[in-house]
Amino acid sequence: MALASDVPKDSFRLSMLIYDTRYRSITIQVFVLLLVGLFLAWLLQNTAANLAARGKEFNFGFLWQRAGYDIGQQLIPYTNDSTHFRALLVGLLNTLAVAVLGCILATVLGVLVGVLRLSNNWLVSRLMTIYVEALRNVPLLLWILLTYVILSEATPQPRDFRITDEMAAAGEAPAASMILFDTVAVTNRGTNVPAPMFTRGLGMLDLGPLSINLTTLAFLIVLGGSIWAYRSLKASADATQEESGVRPTTWWQSLLIMVLPVSLLSAALGLHWEIPELKGFNFAGGILVAHSFTALLVALALYTSAFIAEIVRAGIQAISRGQSEAAFALGLRPGRTMNLVILPQALRVIIPPLISQYLNLTKNTSLGIAVSYLDLRGTLGGITLNQTGRELECMLLMMAIYLTISLIISAVMNFYNASVQLKAR
Amino acid sequence: MKKSAFLGALAATTVIAGAAMAGTLDDVKARGELICGSNTGLTGFGTPDANGNWTGFDVDLCRALAAAIFGDPTKVKFIPTTGETRFTALQSGEVDVLIRNSTWTFSRDTELALDFVAVNYYDGQGFMVKKDLGVSSAKELDGATVCIQTGTTTELNLADFFKQNNISYQPVTVADDSEAQRQFLAGACDAYTTDASGLAASRATMPDGDQYIILPEIISKEPLGPVVRHGDNNWGDVVRWTFNALLIAEEKGVTKANVAEVAASSQDEEVKRLLGVSGDMGAKIGLPNEAFKNAIAAVGNYGEVFASNIGEGTAINLARGLNALWTQGGLQYAAPFR
Repeated sequence: MALASDVPKDSFRLSMLIYDTRYRSITIQVFVLLLVGLFLAWLLQNTAANLAARGKEFNFGFLWQRAGYDIGQQLIPYTNDSTHFRALLVGLLNTLAVAVLGCILATVLGVLVGVLRLSNNWLVSRLMTIYVEALRNVPLLLWILLTYVILSEATPQPRDFRITDEMAAAGEAPAASMILFDTVAVTNRGTNVPAPMFTRGLGMLDLGPLSINLTTLAFLIVLGGSIWAYRSLKASADATQEESGVRPTTWWQSLLIMVLPVSLLSAALGLHWEIPELKGFNFAGGILVAHSFTALLVALALYTSAFIAEIVRAGIQAISRGQSEAAFALGLRPGRTMNLVILPQALRVIIPPLISQYLNLTKNTSLGIAVSYLDLRGTLGGITLNQTGRELECMLLMMAIYLTISLIISAVMNFYNASVQLKAR
Repeated sequence: MKKSAFLGALAATTVIAGAAMAGTLDDVKARGELICGSNTGLTGFGTPDANGNWTGFDVDLCRALAAAIFGDPTKVKFIPTTGETRFTALQSGEVDVLIRNSTWTFSRDTELALDFVAVNYYDGQGFMVKKDLGVSSAKELDGATVCIQTGTTTELNLADFFKQNNISYQPVTVADDSEAQRQFLAGACDAYTTDASGLAASRATMPDGDQYIILPEIISKEPLGPVVRHGDNNWGDVVRWTFNALLIAEEKGVTKANVAEVAASSQDEEVKRLLGVSGDMGAKIGLPNEAFKNAIAAVGNYGEVFASNIGEGTAINLARGLNALWTQGGLQYAAPFR
């Protein structure tokens, strides 16, 4: 338009910043940005002033001091002589253990329930409705406490497993006994399961603050290799099927690929199982899976699975009926229709809300504090915070860690989401 | 212009934030109520009864403080705190004083920027086990599961004790005494460890208390006392001298019942100063002159507070032991009231 070019360049006045639509939005944005900046500066300044008034300084040096407390469940070696940083790592791994297992369990359960809720079988679909509504409409904390109380109150004390000489003489059985061929003991404290032991273990690789268990690493590498080999086998079978229309028989090859390398490695390292045994007050040997862990995992998985079930149901119902009708017309049975036609298309609807559920589950692990599960919140945000009095540092660090975990999950899932989107052909 | 006004306001807020730390006594007077950080519930020391009235050994010190400031022992609000939340509550200004069996340690005194102004109970950490466990010493607890309150010194002592004796244990960390009791009674832990006084208090509330024994080992020193924020010395003095007043009252035989009569007739100069008859002592720390007389009239002297809440004959049944007056072989010794 000619009008715009008519405005002389030298006629800019300050008032135009407000009255001229060309500049107004910029003015407002700059003003708001300034306000936000000032507010942040005030927060920081206020924090610094209050810290100074209390004679406290902001520093993370406490992380390298001796922790001095013990942690029940530790996935990496830790003693009370280790540093607070080490305690943080132990807590972080405990958090991740629950989060990862929880996400897997919740997904499997959720998909199953979501699909079954759409079943034509009246009873099954109604039962699944009850499952979903009951679980998602009660606060998670209550589910965690309920599971914990059931586990710890309905199970026998370790001493109930003991056989005294008198009992042996009288031929009486103890009040409780181990299950699964006398290998697993469920007490009111936890579940004692056999532990894998290696006579020719590979030892530890020491890298300063971190040390890596080489045996675990070896297993992970071999397992990774097996999975890679399995996938390439599947890809070549797919290619053959595309070409000839006949799928080669691969089940025995797959089985061999998955089982043989791991078994060979186990045999080479001298794998044997350490069975838990009642010694003194508790079962010794084996691995103790504390009820706090089990309760948290089960409650989180069940609770989140109810939400995932609804997401899966929504995803499936978003696929037009024509798709399944076409599949039936081709002669596919309902199971294959679901697996090959409906679910792959539903995934692109399912995955974005699924990401939030994974994030929720991961953050909800911090409720473990209710059942004394020492996760990141329990170690760094609980005992370390308390014993060192570094509230600000601990809380900021903890928030940063949860944020990082969440962003990583988001990134991975977004990547996966991109890979299952409809491809333009 | 506007900007400089904003910055000026900013500076003012900072100054106010700094000043608020320094004048706890003025804050309390302005509020008309003392806020006392107490236990979430430990029978004998600090627990609400069925009607919501707080009672106990620590609670009485709060009431004495309220009586000293306001002349009225009911002008106090109790905020229950757990082992984990107590120091944060104090530092953030949510409570004015923390009287909740808290152990005086070096790092709490320095690093946490707190001041322990007195020791109202000399304690030590012990273990409680079920009688039929067949254990007679804490050193026999190898492999045991132990319930422990988190955020406490006992947590660290426990780790040290087992390490020094080269035995192992499985910790079950709980938030407070009631959760610890639930776990312990359900058999989820073999032993419960906390301050010996706390164990006695817990046992007193258990349905079958005589089934449990407290092991002879006392594995630590736990001087428990009132805590204030570091840096407000005048407020620290108020708390310290209110406690000292209760001790001196016991030493001089001033009781809840006879305090008015003693104030009127005593010829003892220290007692006269204590009860505000002479010396204007209260005014020197910003309190009324009869502040300590009111405190004693409200809860009684230290010995009476001890006897009525946790002493022999109560459900908790603790002997004075270390907490007897220095004149009777104990450690409770107040500086002279002069």
